[in-house]
Amino acid sequence: MWIYEKKLQYPVRVSTCNPRLAKYLIEQYGGADGELAAALRYLNQRYTLPPKVIGLLNDIGTEELAHLEMIATMVYKLTKDATPEQLKEAGLEPHYVDHERALFYHNAAGNPFTATYIQAKGDPITDLYEDIAAEEKARATYQWIINMSDDPDLNDGLRFLREREIIHAQRFREAVEILKEERNHKKVF
Amino acid sequence: MFTTRKQYEPYISPFDPCPPIRVKTYVTAPNLYVGFQPPNLPQFPLREALMKGTLWQVFYDPYYSPYETKTKGDGS
Repeated sequence: MWIYEKKLQYPVRVSTCNPRLAKYLIEQYGGADGELAAALRYLNQRYTLPPKVIGLLNDIGTEELAHLEMIATMVYKLTKDATPEQLKEAGLEPHYVDHERALFYHNAAGNPFTATYIQAKGDPITDLYEDIAAEEKARATYQWIINMSDDPDLNDGLRFLREREIIHAQRFREAVEILKEERNHKKVF
Repeated sequence: MFTTRKQYEPYISPFDPCPPIRVKTYVTAPNLYVGFQPPNLPQFPLREALMKGTLWQVFYDPYYSPYETKTKGDGS
Protein backbone atom coordinates (compact mmCIF):
# COMPACT_ATOMS: atom_id res chain seq x y z
CA MET A 1 0.00 0.00 0.00
CA TRP A 2 1.16 3.50 -0.73
CA ILE A 3 0.41 6.89 0.73
CA TYR A 4 0.27 9.65 -1.88
CA GLU A 5 1.72 13.08 -1.32
CA LYS A 6 0.28 15.57 -3.76
CA LYS A 7 3.56 17.21 -4.64
CA LEU A 8 6.52 16.48 -6.88
CA GLN A 9 9.80 15.13 -5.52
CA TYR A 10 11.62 18.08 -7.11
CA PRO A 11 10.11 21.22 -8.67
CA VAL A 12 9.61 20.91 -12.43
CA ARG A 13 10.18 24.13 -14.33
CA VAL A 14 10.13 24.52 -18.08
CA SER A 15 11.17 27.83 -19.62
CA THR A 16 10.37 27.41 -23.31
CA CYS A 17 7.49 25.87 -25.27
CA ASN A 18 9.57 23.24 -27.02
CA PRO A 19 7.62 20.08 -27.94
CA ARG A 20 10.78 18.56 -29.41
CA LEU A 21 12.16 18.17 -25.88
CA ALA A 22 8.98 16.26 -24.98
CA LYS A 23 9.82 13.82 -27.76
CA TYR A 24 13.21 13.14 -26.14
CA LEU A 25 11.83 13.01 -22.61
CA ILE A 26 9.25 10.39 -23.50
CA GLU A 27 12.20 7.99 -23.68
CA GLN A 28 12.46 8.23 -19.90
CA TYR A 29 8.68 7.77 -19.61
CA GLY A 30 7.93 4.66 -21.64
CA GLY A 31 11.38 3.62 -22.88
CA ALA A 32 13.42 0.53 -22.05
CA ASP A 33 15.53 2.32 -19.42
CA GLY A 34 12.79 4.71 -18.38
CA GLU A 35 11.20 5.33 -15.02
CA LEU A 36 8.17 3.10 -15.67
CA ALA A 37 10.40 0.15 -16.55
CA ALA A 38 12.51 0.83 -13.45
CA ALA A 39 9.54 1.03 -11.08
CA LEU A 40 7.91 -2.12 -12.45
CA ARG A 41 11.22 -4.01 -12.47
CA TYR A 42 12.09 -3.31 -8.82
CA LEU A 43 8.58 -3.55 -7.40
CA ASN A 44 8.23 -6.96 -9.06
CA GLN A 45 11.70 -8.36 -8.32
CA ARG A 46 11.44 -7.49 -4.63
CA TYR A 47 9.19 -10.45 -3.80
CA THR A 48 11.79 -13.10 -4.53
CA LEU A 49 14.95 -11.42 -3.21
CA PRO A 50 16.53 -12.18 0.18
CA PRO A 51 14.77 -10.24 2.98
CA LYS A 52 17.83 -8.06 3.65
CA VAL A 53 17.47 -6.22 0.34
CA ILE A 54 13.68 -6.29 -0.24
CA GLY A 55 13.23 -2.96 1.50
CA LEU A 56 15.77 -1.32 -0.79
CA LEU A 57 13.91 -2.39 -3.93
CA ASN A 58 10.65 -1.34 -2.33
CA ASP A 59 11.98 2.16 -1.63
CA ILE A 60 13.77 2.67 -4.93
CA GLY A 61 10.82 1.27 -6.91
CA THR A 62 8.56 3.73 -5.13
CA GLU A 63 10.90 6.62 -5.85
CA GLU A 64 10.92 5.69 -9.54
CA LEU A 65 7.15 6.31 -9.55
CA ALA A 66 7.87 9.79 -8.19
CA HIS A 67 10.36 10.28 -11.04
CA LEU A 68 7.78 9.03 -13.54
CA GLU A 69 5.48 11.76 -12.29
CA MET A 70 8.17 14.41 -12.79
CA ILE A 71 8.83 13.27 -16.36
CA ALA A 72 5.08 13.26 -17.04
CA THR A 73 4.85 16.83 -15.74
CA MET A 74 7.73 17.92 -17.97
CA VAL A 75 6.19 16.32 -21.07
CA TYR A 76 2.77 17.75 -20.25
CA LYS A 77 4.12 21.28 -19.78
CA LEU A 78 6.10 21.10 -23.01
CA THR A 79 3.11 20.01 -25.11
CA LYS A 80 -0.11 21.21 -23.50
CA ASP A 81 -0.26 24.53 -25.36
CA ALA A 82 1.60 23.56 -28.51
CA THR A 83 -0.30 23.96 -31.79
CA PRO A 84 -0.63 21.00 -34.16
CA GLU A 85 1.77 22.90 -36.41
CA GLN A 86 4.40 23.09 -33.65
CA LEU A 87 3.90 19.42 -32.83
CA LYS A 88 4.36 18.61 -36.52
CA GLU A 89 7.63 20.57 -36.60
CA ALA A 90 8.80 18.61 -33.56
CA GLY A 91 8.12 15.33 -35.36
CA LEU A 92 5.22 14.51 -33.05
CA GLU A 93 2.51 14.21 -35.70
CA PRO A 94 2.28 10.39 -35.41
CA HIS A 95 1.77 10.87 -31.67
CA TYR A 96 -0.85 13.55 -32.24
CA VAL A 97 -2.80 11.41 -34.67
CA ASP A 98 -3.01 8.56 -32.17
CA HIS A 99 -3.12 10.38 -28.82
CA GLU A 100 -3.71 14.12 -29.44
CA ARG A 101 -1.87 15.72 -26.52
CA ALA A 102 -2.31 12.80 -24.16
CA LEU A 103 0.78 11.18 -22.70
CA PHE A 104 1.45 7.60 -23.62
CA TYR A 105 3.97 4.95 -22.58
CA HIS A 106 6.21 4.73 -25.60
CA ASN A 107 9.84 5.58 -26.27
CA ALA A 108 11.30 8.46 -28.25
CA ALA A 109 10.95 6.43 -31.46
CA GLY A 110 7.26 5.71 -30.77
CA ASN A 111 7.60 2.03 -29.81
CA PRO A 112 4.98 1.20 -27.16
CA PHE A 113 6.12 0.09 -23.72
CA THR A 114 6.58 -3.66 -23.32
CA ALA A 115 7.29 -5.97 -20.38
CA THR A 116 10.16 -7.40 -22.44
CA TYR A 117 12.13 -4.32 -21.29
CA ILE A 118 12.40 -5.84 -17.81
CA GLN A 119 13.36 -9.16 -16.30
CA ALA A 120 13.00 -11.05 -13.05
CA LYS A 121 15.33 -14.00 -13.04
CA GLY A 122 14.83 -15.11 -9.45
CA ASP A 123 18.59 -15.24 -8.95
CA PRO A 124 19.45 -12.40 -6.55
CA ILE A 125 22.84 -11.45 -7.99
CA THR A 126 21.50 -11.61 -11.55
CA ASP A 127 18.56 -9.37 -10.68
CA LEU A 128 20.68 -6.85 -8.78
CA TYR A 129 23.22 -6.67 -11.60
CA GLU A 130 20.36 -5.92 -13.99
CA ASP A 131 19.21 -3.19 -11.62
CA ILE A 132 22.69 -1.62 -11.47
CA ALA A 133 22.87 -1.69 -15.27
CA ALA A 134 19.39 -0.16 -15.51
CA GLU A 135 20.42 2.74 -13.26
CA GLU A 136 23.61 3.38 -15.23
CA LYS A 137 21.65 3.29 -18.50
CA ALA A 138 19.12 5.76 -17.12
CA ARG A 139 21.99 8.01 -15.95
CA ALA A 140 23.50 7.95 -19.44
CA THR A 141 20.10 8.66 -21.03
CA TYR A 142 19.71 11.74 -18.83
CA GLN A 143 23.15 12.93 -19.95
CA TRP A 144 22.19 12.61 -23.60
CA ILE A 145 18.87 14.42 -23.03
CA ILE A 146 20.71 17.21 -21.19
CA ASN A 147 23.08 17.45 -24.17
CA MET A 148 20.14 17.76 -26.58
CA SER A 149 18.24 20.28 -24.43
CA ASP A 150 18.80 24.04 -24.38
CA ASP A 151 16.32 24.67 -21.57
CA PRO A 152 18.24 25.49 -18.36
CA ASP A 153 15.22 25.08 -16.09
CA LEU A 154 14.39 21.69 -17.54
CA ASN A 155 18.02 20.62 -17.33
CA ASP A 156 18.01 21.53 -13.64
CA GLY A 157 15.28 18.96 -13.03
CA LEU A 158 17.03 16.40 -15.24
CA ARG A 159 20.26 16.88 -13.28
CA PHE A 160 18.41 16.06 -10.07
CA LEU A 161 16.99 12.89 -11.61
CA ARG A 162 20.42 11.88 -12.92
CA GLU A 163 21.94 12.36 -9.45
CA ARG A 164 19.29 10.03 -8.03
CA GLU A 165 20.30 7.37 -10.58
CA ILE A 166 23.86 7.56 -9.25
CA ILE A 167 22.61 7.06 -5.70
CA HIS A 168 20.36 4.16 -6.71
CA ALA A 169 23.23 2.42 -8.49
CA GLN A 170 25.36 2.92 -5.36
CA ARG A 171 22.69 1.33 -3.16
CA PHE A 172 22.23 -1.62 -5.52
CA ARG A 173 26.00 -2.14 -5.49
CA GLU A 174 25.83 -2.15 -1.67
CA ALA A 175 22.99 -4.68 -1.85
CA VAL A 176 25.30 -6.99 -3.81
CA GLU A 177 27.94 -6.56 -1.10
CA ILE A 178 25.35 -7.45 1.57
CA LEU A 179 24.42 -10.63 -0.29
CA LYS A 180 28.09 -11.57 -0.72
CA GLU A 181 28.11 -11.53 3.08
CA GLU A 182 31.84 -11.48 3.65
CA ARG A 183 32.09 -7.97 5.02
CA ASN A 184 30.93 -8.52 8.61
CA HIS A 185 32.28 -12.00 9.07
CA LYS A 186 35.33 -12.38 11.20
CA LYS A 187 37.95 -13.97 9.01
CA VAL A 188 39.82 -16.78 10.74
CA PHE A 189 42.83 -18.14 8.97
CA MET B 1 40.34 10.60 -4.35
CA PHE B 2 39.05 9.89 -7.83
CA THR B 3 37.97 11.80 -10.93
CA THR B 4 34.53 11.32 -12.46
CA ARG B 5 35.41 12.33 -16.01
CA LYS B 6 37.84 10.51 -18.26
CA GLN B 7 39.23 11.44 -21.64
CA TYR B 8 40.74 9.64 -24.58
CA GLU B 9 41.88 10.58 -28.04
CA PRO B 10 40.37 8.40 -30.76
CA TYR B 11 42.14 7.69 -34.02
CA ILE B 12 41.54 10.43 -36.59
CA SER B 13 41.64 9.40 -40.23
CA PRO B 14 42.71 11.90 -42.87
CA PHE B 15 39.64 10.77 -44.82
CA ASP B 16 36.97 11.32 -42.11
CA PRO B 17 33.93 13.09 -43.59
CA CYS B 18 33.16 15.29 -40.56
CA PRO B 19 35.44 17.68 -38.64
CA PRO B 20 37.00 15.36 -36.02
CA ILE B 21 36.18 15.39 -32.32
CA ARG B 22 39.74 14.97 -31.12
CA VAL B 23 39.04 14.33 -27.44
CA LYS B 24 36.19 12.10 -26.28
CA THR B 25 35.02 12.13 -22.66
CA TYR B 26 33.01 9.72 -20.56
CA VAL B 27 31.64 9.63 -17.04
CA THR B 28 32.88 7.41 -14.22
CA ALA B 29 30.37 8.16 -11.44
CA PRO B 30 31.36 8.12 -7.73
CA ASN B 31 29.43 4.88 -7.14
CA LEU B 32 32.23 3.06 -8.97
CA TYR B 33 34.78 4.04 -6.33
CA VAL B 34 33.16 4.23 -2.91
CA GLY B 35 32.20 0.59 -2.39
CA PHE B 36 30.05 -0.06 0.66
CA GLN B 37 29.49 3.43 2.06
CA PRO B 38 31.73 4.00 5.11
CA PRO B 39 30.25 5.68 8.21
CA ASN B 40 30.53 9.38 9.09
CA LEU B 41 30.98 10.80 5.59
CA PRO B 42 30.50 14.58 5.18
CA GLN B 43 26.92 15.65 4.48
CA PHE B 44 25.24 18.63 2.80
CA PRO B 45 22.93 20.80 4.90
CA LEU B 46 19.47 19.19 4.73
CA ARG B 47 17.74 21.83 2.60
CA GLU B 48 20.62 21.85 0.15
CA ALA B 49 20.65 18.05 0.03
CA LEU B 50 16.98 18.00 -1.02
CA MET B 51 17.82 20.13 -4.05
CA LYS B 52 21.06 18.39 -4.93
CA GLY B 53 19.53 14.93 -4.90
CA THR B 54 21.88 13.47 -2.30
CA LEU B 55 22.77 13.99 1.33
CA TRP B 56 26.33 12.82 0.76
CA GLN B 57 28.96 15.11 -0.68
CA VAL B 58 31.01 12.23 -2.06
CA PHE B 59 28.14 11.12 -4.32
CA TYR B 60 27.30 14.57 -5.71
CA ASP B 61 28.44 14.63 -9.32
CA PRO B 62 26.31 16.99 -11.45
CA TYR B 63 26.37 16.77 -15.25
CA TYR B 64 26.25 19.82 -17.51
CA SER B 65 25.86 19.70 -21.26
CA PRO B 66 29.05 20.71 -23.08
CA TYR B 67 26.71 22.75 -25.29
CA GLU B 68 24.90 24.37 -22.36
CA THR B 69 27.81 26.18 -20.69
CA LYS B 70 30.91 27.62 -22.24
CA THR B 71 33.02 27.17 -19.11
CA LYS B 72 32.25 23.51 -18.49
CA GLY B 73 32.77 22.16 -21.96
CA ASP B 74 33.85 18.65 -21.00
CA GLY B 75 30.55 17.48 -19.57
CA SER B 76 31.81 18.01 -16.03
